[in-house]
Parts: sequence; C-alpha cells; structure tokens
Amino acid sequence: MNAFEKQRYILDLALSSMKRRKGKNIALVAVYTFVLFLLASVLFSADSLKREAALILQDAPEMTIQKLVAGRQDLMPTRYLDSIRQIPGVQSVEPRLWGYYYDALSGANYTLMVNKALNDHQGEILIGAGVSRRTTADGPPPRLQENDLLPFKTYDGSVLTLNVKGLLPTTSELVTADLVLLSEPDFRKIFAFGPDLSTDLILRVRNARELPTIAAKITQLHPDTRPILRQELLRTYEAVFDWRGGVIILVLAGVLFAFVILAWDKATGLSAEEKREIGILKAVGWETSDILLMKFWEGTTISLTAFFVGIVLAYLHVFVAAGVLFEPILKGWSVLYPQFRLTPTVSVYQVATLFFLTVLPYTVATIVPSWRSATIDPDAVMRG
Amino acid sequence: MSVPRYSDFFFLFFLAGILLVGLMFLDTAISGRIDRPLREERRQLVGALSLTDLCLFTEARYTRHPGMADLQTPFQDHPLALEHFPSGSLVAVPAHLRRRTGSDQ
Repeated sequence: MNAFEKQRYILDLALSSMKRRKGKNIALVAVYTFVLFLLASVLFSADSLKREAALILQDAPEMTIQKLVAGRQDLMPTRYLDSIRQIPGVQSVEPRLWGYYYDALSGANYTLMVNKALNDHQGEILIGAGVSRRTTADGPPPRLQENDLLPFKTYDGSVLTLNVKGLLPTTSELVTADLVLLSEPDFRKIFAFGPDLSTDLILRVRNARELPTIAAKITQLHPDTRPILRQELLRTYEAVFDWRGGVIILVLAGVLFAFVILAWDKATGLSAEEKREIGILKAVGWETSDILLMKFWEGTTISLTAFFVGIVLAYLHVFVAAGVLFEPILKGWSVLYPQFRLTPTVSVYQVATLFFLTVLPYTVATIVPSWRSATIDPDAVMRG
Repeated sequence: MSVPRYSDFFFLFFLAGILLVGLMFLDTAISGRIDRPLREERRQLVGALSLTDLCLFTEARYTRHPGMADLQTPFQDHPLALEHFPSGSLVAVPAHLRRRTGSDQ
C-alpha cells in the first residue's frame, strides 16, 4: 500500500468517525464558518475601502489651509490669499466655500459646496444621489429629479428655493452622496457669509516635495492657520481602515477570542467516546502516528470546510451584497448613506492571513489532546 | 461500479474550494479592470470639485470630513463632552491630528 492510499484509508476512517458525531461536527463547522465569515468580511471591506480612498483621493487638493479661532475651525478671510500666494513655490491659492446644512424636514445633513461652473446659473443646484433619496417623517417622498425644487432656510430666516438642475452620477456616491453644489451668491445668501470670507483655502504647488516647507512658511506667516496636506488625508484613510488598528482590531479581537475559546475547548480534552475510539484503535494495532494522522485529517476537514465556505460567503457578502450586514453599524445615526458597490480587492496576503490565523491553530489544537490520549495505555483510555 | 468513498467527497470538496477561491481572484482581476473607468471618473470628480473626504458617515462633521476635523473634536459640544456618535468609534484619529498631538511618538 503506497503512502497516498494509506492516507486515503485514514481519511476515510476519519470522515466516517466524524459522521457518527455529525450533530457536534455540524455545529462546530457552523460556528467556525461564522467566525471566519465575520473576520474575512471585515478584512475584505476595510481593505477595499482603503484602496478606494487611496485611488480616488489622489486628486484631492495638495494642501488645504484652515483658520483656527480658539482651536476651532473658523472662516478664512480672503486677505490671507495674497500673502500666501507670494510664498515661492506656490502655484495657485483658491478660496473654497462649503458648509453643512441640516435639513429639518428629512433630518439629514447635506454638504453645501460652491461650484464655480454654477456661478452663472444662480438658483440652480446639482445634488448627490443620497440627497435625492432623502426621507421625511411621513416616509420617503418621491425622489428628487431634474427641475424639482428644494427649499433652504437661510441664516436670516427667509427661505431660498433652488431648482435641481441635475444629479451627480450615482457611480460617484462614495464621495458625493450628500453633496449639494450651488452658486457662490446662493451659498453666501444661505449662510449669510460676508463677501471677504471663505471656508478654507486650497493650494497647489509647483513641486510636491516643497509642500512641508511651504506649510511651515504658511504657519510662520499666519500662526492662526493650519495646513492639511493631501498625504495626511491619505494617511488618515489608511489609518481608519487599517485592520491592525482602530475599531477593526477590536472586532477582530472579539472574533479571535471566540475562536481561541473554541480551539481551547477542543484542546483541553476529548469526549469519552473519542477517547474510547482511540483506545480501540490502539488495541487493534494502530500506532500513535496513525491516530495523530486521523485526528489531523479530522481537524483539517473541519477547518478547511469553514475556511472555504467562510471566505466565499464573506466575498459574496462584501462585494455582491454590498456588505448588507455591516450597513447598520456603518450608518450609525446618519440619515443619508451612500449606496455603493466596492471593487473587489482580495489579495493572496489576505487569504494567507486568514488561513494562518484560523486553519493552522485549529488543526494543531485538535492534534494535541489526541496525542496525549494516544500515548497512554489503550486499556486505561478505554476505561476512561 | 465502485461505491464512492468518503475521501472522494473530501477531494471533490477540496477542489471545489480551491476553484471558488481561484474564481474570487479572477473576479477581483476582472472587476478591477471593469471598474477602472469608474474609479477614474470618481478621481476626476474629486479633483474638479476639490473634495477632501469620502462620504461615508454623514452624522457628524468630523466623521463626514475626518481629514478636516479639528483638534477639539472630542470636546466639540462642551468641555468633557463624551463622544456620542456611533461612527465616532469607527473612525480612527486623523493622521494630521496624531502628528500634532504627538500621540505617534
């Protein structure tokens, strides 16, 4: 009998032995699969969000300059523009006008932002897909469409009704779901902004390597400002969705601890039936190594089943069902939430991480107690 | 005809598993290629509108724009105010605030 045939016979016996305890094994596989599904779903969604952020924020402003008052962001006087523009290496500085608008009717927060292209179209707005889907206390009203009217309560108490000129593409919801783009005069009217104020400044430089130097010069020139570099934005999103940090590690820790308990329970002892089985096999002439091989195949079958089913389900959950189970967690108290489908970014590294974090420890955990039972006298094992 | 053995089912399942994982990688590659124009469109939109953040959590201003959040975010309502927005616990401290407060050191 060659080595392969020997392994097959041992595997056949291991599987038939597992079939005898099918209730327990099915429960074990179900729990194990769920743990893996959760772990893989978190890993897959965090990584693809991180990748998405890194790709689409590549064209974000190179530097954003905020003005601070008592440590909080304040409106930026446009007179800062001239002095910053004169710093060597600065290509352009532009004021940016944007703010938050709470829509009392729907309870949603919109981000209102001035778009230069609309300055010649006063009274018209472009809205994100999330804004068009807004709901009210009486349920969802019909979706906002082109030429619909959207009222805004201005800061002087009057109502400004703006005409929806168009919708931003639904494919860009990840960045535009809550956006309302409008003209500068409308923006200033809603928020009662003075003509010489902007929300912040955006800056472009000739040489990206000079950014830290220019940022230092700006804070020297205007100590009440805070420059935020694009690299910092990218690092922020890297940190937010880093699976080794933040809340993701907490979720993973919970899942891993549950798994450790499962493996520990398995490792601390075999059932009386399993011990008797080992005793009988030893009594009929099986060697310790054969019993360990049988237990290895049992552990491998359970962990590989959970591994394959868990990661395939996680993939379908995250990339086909758009992470539907995570939606309540991600939504929080948000009224507007972008509907987006993530581009799959599964890597060998992720699959290998999942494999080494789960399959290997479990397989080892099943062998240890069997080794203990298999090395003692069969008579003693059978007697319990 | 020989009766199928348990190990036959195991090998079949194992092959199916390998095949499904392979399909996952294939789908990743194909979707990446299909979505490339969409990503490019989003990237251009971000550039054209000078956007700084992803629109993931719209419940609070520092979760809507974590990149623009100020140093007083945890105490935004009053001194000793506790963070109460659910997504606040999902969003880690932005890089520019970590650097300023020295929590990286």
